[in-house]
Amino acid sequence: MAQVIYDHVTKRFDGVIAVNDLTLEVKDGEFLVLVGPSGCGKTTALRCLAGLEEVTSGDIIIGDRVVTHIPPKDRDIAMVFQNYALYPHMTVYENMAFGLKLRKMPKQEIDRRVKEVAEMLGIQDLLNRKPRQLSGGQRQRVALGRAIVREPQVFLMDEPLSNLDAKLRVQTRGELIKLQRRLGVTTIYVTHDQVEAMTMGHRIAVMNQGVLQQLDTPENLYDHPANLFVATFIGSPAMNIFPARVVAGDGTVRLVAGDVTLEAPAEQRGRLAEYANREVLVGIRPEDLIVQPGQVSEDRQLRLPVEIVEPLGSETLVHLRGPAGALIAKADPHLHFSPGELASVRVKIEHMHAFDPQTELALF
Amino acid sequence: MTTAPAGTVTQAVPLRLRERVRHWLDSEPVLAYLFMSPGWLILLLFMSYPFFLGIWISLTDRTVGLPSGEFVGFRNYAELLRDRTFHLTVMNTFIYGFVTVPFKLVLGLLLALLLNQAFPMRNVLRAALLLPWIVPTALSSLAWLMLYDAVLSPFSWLLKNWGLIESNIAFLGTRTNAIISLCIANIWRGTPFFAVAILAGLQAVPQELHEAAAIEGANRVQRFLAVTLPVIKGILVITTLFSIIWTFADFQLVYVLTKGGPANSTHIFGTYAWQIGIGGAGKLGIGAAISLYMFPVLAVLSAILLRYVRSQEA
Repeated sequence: MAQVIYDHVTKRFDGVIAVNDLTLEVKDGEFLVLVGPSGCGKTTALRCLAGLEEVTSGDIIIGDRVVTHIPPKDRDIAMVFQNYALYPHMTVYENMAFGLKLRKMPKQEIDRRVKEVAEMLGIQDLLNRKPRQLSGGQRQRVALGRAIVREPQVFLMDEPLSNLDAKLRVQTRGELIKLQRRLGVTTIYVTHDQVEAMTMGHRIAVMNQGVLQQLDTPENLYDHPANLFVATFIGSPAMNIFPARVVAGDGTVRLVAGDVTLEAPAEQRGRLAEYANREVLVGIRPEDLIVQPGQVSEDRQLRLPVEIVEPLGSETLVHLRGPAGALIAKADPHLHFSPGELASVRVKIEHMHAFDPQTELALF
Repeated sequence: MTTAPAGTVTQAVPLRLRERVRHWLDSEPVLAYLFMSPGWLILLLFMSYPFFLGIWISLTDRTVGLPSGEFVGFRNYAELLRDRTFHLTVMNTFIYGFVTVPFKLVLGLLLALLLNQAFPMRNVLRAALLLPWIVPTALSSLAWLMLYDAVLSPFSWLLKNWGLIESNIAFLGTRTNAIISLCIANIWRGTPFFAVAILAGLQAVPQELHEAAAIEGANRVQRFLAVTLPVIKGILVITTLFSIIWTFADFQLVYVLTKGGPANSTHIFGTYAWQIGIGGAGKLGIGAAISLYMFPVLAVLSAILLRYVRSQEA
């Protein structure tokens, strides 16, 4: 087990910067998720750590060793690939034993380890099968088993659940979390799925266009996004964003967007005052818009027309015609909304976010 | 409606027939045979008919120019068993078929591994590699005929220039020399087929398998043996069997280079059958018998090939 450090790592491919000056420290035993849209450099960052890509500049440290120019086999890591990369001509047992044989481990020790891990993963009955005789979920377990038997310092996982169907993915996600907590091996997990990121990681590193956007716990990432990208990337449906003008006067600060006026939270007035008479981007998560059908005579209510209603069972997504494009609100599934009618909306001001329109950095 | 116009009564019969045909075509076995019939027809016309005609001719004393021959049973086959040239032909064919293939396999594999690396002008080289395979054999054989010329051979000239030999080599002048020369030309022509087929196989080896093995601690050689070779095994087996079959049934290269000479010592089945059956003596019956001696060998090889392909499908 070991910590992993990316020290100003940059990776260029023919002039394209895949990873841009990445500095990141993964603690010993931590489950760190690298998340971002496709092409954001997360997989490249992982492959640099594995030694499958040579970094252009910067250093990678595993444990207390600088491994930047050390070949993959000497880095003491194990990787689980997206499509598992099981050797098709070997049985499950041989697949799991391959790395140990290469390390010239005694036969009994190999046998002991393979069987122990197979039992741990519930694949002990599959040891004599070939990969093509296995289901997707079973292959995924074998790939995981092959990584675990090696007892490496670090696990690298490149979207290992993305080839599973939705139900199995949720189930395996839980098992993987339990397994990692039990083994306590430092794990770096790449995914584009923000639900996986939120549920699995001790901490999450959000990347975009090769640049690390924010590194934080799932809760902080959700509640205090550092910039517009993180705010809209994390959370489903995405945070509602619209431009609003900051109007300060008689002890209050208001945000005005079209015919909608919102009063800024008291503790943020100072921060917003700097933007007086300028525009900021307001961000409100769908669950922070409390919607009710029809008119409710209550304070601070907005009345917005309903455009689309998406009942999901556990909740209903209501698309409202907002000041600039649609606003999506999560509503109680027992409420009934009809497109075309007006809905009453209350904004949870205390959970509101605002971003600088130029730098896109969060103001609060 | 209870009444119908009088006209419909006469239409009822063809309608029922059409209905029946449609019903008949709905049956899967009928449709399957219907779809297979063009293939069967082509096989019967262009493969089975000549094959069985060949068997029939081999059992007669038919000659070129005469309308038909007498049935002689297995006399032609028996006669060949006593023919020294035929013995030599059998041996030559086996040498030609089985000696060249390992060379083609190894050279093809090396070339494929080389061409699978990234380097500038790789695609041009890949295309150029196919040339020996694309150029009509009759044409490339003529080039080899020049290279092996007793007087003008550039090989002899080069070796003399380097002081390695004193006089020209008679490449096609003795049986041993001629067979080696034939084998070299055959290897030259057949290697690209191996290289291209194996290259296709190499490209089908998923990159992740190499990466997984590299992370697990395998070096280049171990990766080749543990990952590449098992994955391309099927291609190696199939190309090898194909190549043996083709080399066995070759004709053009030997015909152009030696015509079976010197003194009928370098014949293979194809050229000897042609010489006896059509070229010289015109003894069609014996010529057909020579060709048919190839049949058991090719049948066994084909059976192995088919069985292998089926086992891979399963």
